[in-house]
Amino acid sequence: MADTIVIEVARYSPESDAEPHFQRYEVPLRGDWMVLDALNYIKDKLDGSLTYRWSCRMGICGSCGMVVNGYERLTCETLLSTFAPGPVRVEPLRHFPVARDLVIDMTDFLEKLSRVKPWIVRKDKTPPAREYIQTPEQLSNFKQYSHCINCMLCYSACPVYGIDPHFTGPAALALAERYNLDSRDQGLSERLDVLSQHDGIWDCTVIGECSEVCPKEVDPSLAIQEFKLTATKEWYKSFLMPWGGK
Amino acid sequence: METSSHDILLVGGGGAALRAAIAVSESNPKLSVAVVSKVYPMRSHTVSAEGGAAGVIAEDDSYDEHAYDTISGGDWLSDQDCVEIFVNECPKELLRLENWGCPWSRRDDGKIAVRPFGGMKKMRTWFAADKTGFHMLHTLFQTSLRYPVVRYDETFVTKLLVEDDRVCGVVAVELKTGKVRLIMANAVIICTGGCGRVFPYTTNANICTGDGMALAYEAGAPLKDMEMVQYHPTGLPFTGILITEASRAEGGLLINKDGYRYLQDYNLGKPQKEPVLRSMELGPRDRLSQAFVKEMEKGRTIKGPYGDVVHLDLRHLGEEKINAKLPMVRELCVKYENIDPVHQLIPVRPVQHYMMGGIHTDTNAATPLKGLYAAGEAACVSLNGANRLGSNSLGELLVFGARAGRSAAEYASQSPIPASTPLLAQGADEERRIHSQYLAKTGGTEKISTLREAMQHAMEAGAGIYRDRSSLAEAVNKVAEMRERYKAISMEDRSSAFNTQLVAALELGYLLDVAQTILQCGLQREESRGAHQRTDFPERDDQKFLAHSVVLKGNDGRPAVSYLPVTITRWPPGKRVYGEQTTDGGHDSH
Repeated sequence: MADTIVIEVARYSPESDAEPHFQRYEVPLRGDWMVLDALNYIKDKLDGSLTYRWSCRMGICGSCGMVVNGYERLTCETLLSTFAPGPVRVEPLRHFPVARDLVIDMTDFLEKLSRVKPWIVRKDKTPPAREYIQTPEQLSNFKQYSHCINCMLCYSACPVYGIDPHFTGPAALALAERYNLDSRDQGLSERLDVLSQHDGIWDCTVIGECSEVCPKEVDPSLAIQEFKLTATKEWYKSFLMPWGGK
Repeated sequence: METSSHDILLVGGGGAALRAAIAVSESNPKLSVAVVSKVYPMRSHTVSAEGGAAGVIAEDDSYDEHAYDTISGGDWLSDQDCVEIFVNECPKELLRLENWGCPWSRRDDGKIAVRPFGGMKKMRTWFAADKTGFHMLHTLFQTSLRYPVVRYDETFVTKLLVEDDRVCGVVAVELKTGKVRLIMANAVIICTGGCGRVFPYTTNANICTGDGMALAYEAGAPLKDMEMVQYHPTGLPFTGILITEASRAEGGLLINKDGYRYLQDYNLGKPQKEPVLRSMELGPRDRLSQAFVKEMEKGRTIKGPYGDVVHLDLRHLGEEKINAKLPMVRELCVKYENIDPVHQLIPVRPVQHYMMGGIHTDTNAATPLKGLYAAGEAACVSLNGANRLGSNSLGELLVFGARAGRSAAEYASQSPIPASTPLLAQGADEERRIHSQYLAKTGGTEKISTLREAMQHAMEAGAGIYRDRSSLAEAVNKVAEMRERYKAISMEDRSSAFNTQLVAALELGYLLDVAQTILQCGLQREESRGAHQRTDFPERDDQKFLAHSVVLKGNDGRPAVSYLPVTITRWPPGKRVYGEQTTDGGHDSH
């Protein structure tokens, strides 16, 4: 194995660049380094202006999602040596405005997340003095969807979001479904009101890229299909039983 | 300059801050509450907590037993009134999290499951597999979205505004645009977490740079017990990634190069086949980390590319149990060490993990500085004493986060809105300082990363697991010298858009301030207690040091240490006993 590797990083400054361009850096190729370690090496030793997000470096905070050689990855858990002999091309996530270099603007997601009411909705206003009983089976019904770390890889991989930025998108829908399936929640109809509109869930064409790229094995594609089925059932119910279908 | 104003401003966006923000909204919905954080809230380091959160729920357990475990675990440096409040309020707070949707692991009958944890005599640690912090943080964040909480995401605080001896807001840089913002507030609550990045090997995220501690210290608030630095016995070498204590609670064993369970040689009990509470691998973190150093001195550790390690053995637990209870441990080992713990030993070493010390507060999370509150790891409410027990910090951030929110709400409702004219002037001064000292700075010669690494190594050498006068004094000198060199840092990035070099420079300044206080408090505490082990003063000295170190920034800019008595209520100082049967509830100490 060669002892260095070339990284081509997308650079873009909103103040001085009309278009992004690539800059090449040569970094040590170490067997235990992740792509993030290479970026940190560049920032610390070669170019202090390189701009990217990172924090936990253990795959749980969701900050360091980027496109590496064409695929969405968490750079803190992507081995650099996988790409030897290189070069390795690192770009910001797709479909989002770029704030600078590898940093995307994810304001849109945060708005969409709030819209799907990602919290427990209850009809009883005072919570019980004890826990809601929830069996391990009931927990496992929604557990996988609760693993979403909001890393945005699925939005970057989603061709529908690329075409229609109004689409609610995979992570927010998976989280909505996470609450729909939680035995403690009673908010399904409220969420359906928001999401069964055109841009909510129906845009998804079941390509499944979101589930492919998810680093935490969440299956947003399945969540969306489940959601569509529930919405259809509820719609029929309200059509046939307008007095109390919801 | 953009200015805005709120009743209450949270600095930091992790578990403590979000819990506090919700508490403000609940106690007085008319109050305007805002969160300013350098990262999006769900990126905060609470996300990395793994093992669980302690709260008495089992029928055979009691508040007194939780209190005794916490106090003895902290080597009697905890304030016992604070501990009593904590153990009492923990279960209620954890239940609220349950009501808000936290996916706690369950028993077959659907009730909350609890697991054993280090230093705890009863099973009382609530858990969400081994991603407890992640689930708590996301539950709090998602729940906070239903409250009218204003957020300043990715906005870095550079200064606390103090006018007439009262904290009245902050100055902060909005990272996306580089705009300097003046955010005025009737009360400010600091929840910025720890400062693990002072050390080279740490479980802490890159963002844990002691920002809030340094801001409070600079503003004239005291820090407390800063010498009390926790090393977690099981971090991965190189990365420092945490392998949760839950792995030992589920039955994992620590072995040396001969496959020997070496903890039996360090007054931690005799090896049994099944995990025994308050014994061996379930001893407290300070004692386990210290045992590692002794074992290394005996030449019985394993040499690795990143220093010595011992092995954590989970193989006998089997794939099914590891997948059910410790999925993240397996994932981390596979991804970062290329090791599958189902079949292989995990190399581990002690790594810095947690600060028992922090901003001095009372049990209502108030600091001595009017208008300033603090909670979570950034604060020192004196729950954890000289050594925190695993799974007490997640409970702490809920209990004292909520208390901070409520007491700040009460204070803010009664105090007049600060006059804006002097604050605007302070804001303008701060904007000029950021510009001249950083953004427009030319001719610097010191690289930020070089200085940061030098500081980290000085801290490890001077204030590691074992310390003495000469190691601490040498580190004091080195860090003082680095503070001089810091004035000559070189800045290459002139951009206003998302300037991470500016952030790194400001963080380094905070780290250096905090490092100084750790060293000075350590130098002056001439005894060994909990995590603070002085080889030149190997005994605990209750005559002189049953006291909190309180450190203020002196007029000469150097830390000045004084002492405050420890609050003792029902548990007079006793001997820490692990590995043998003690009677329940700490009755042995009465």
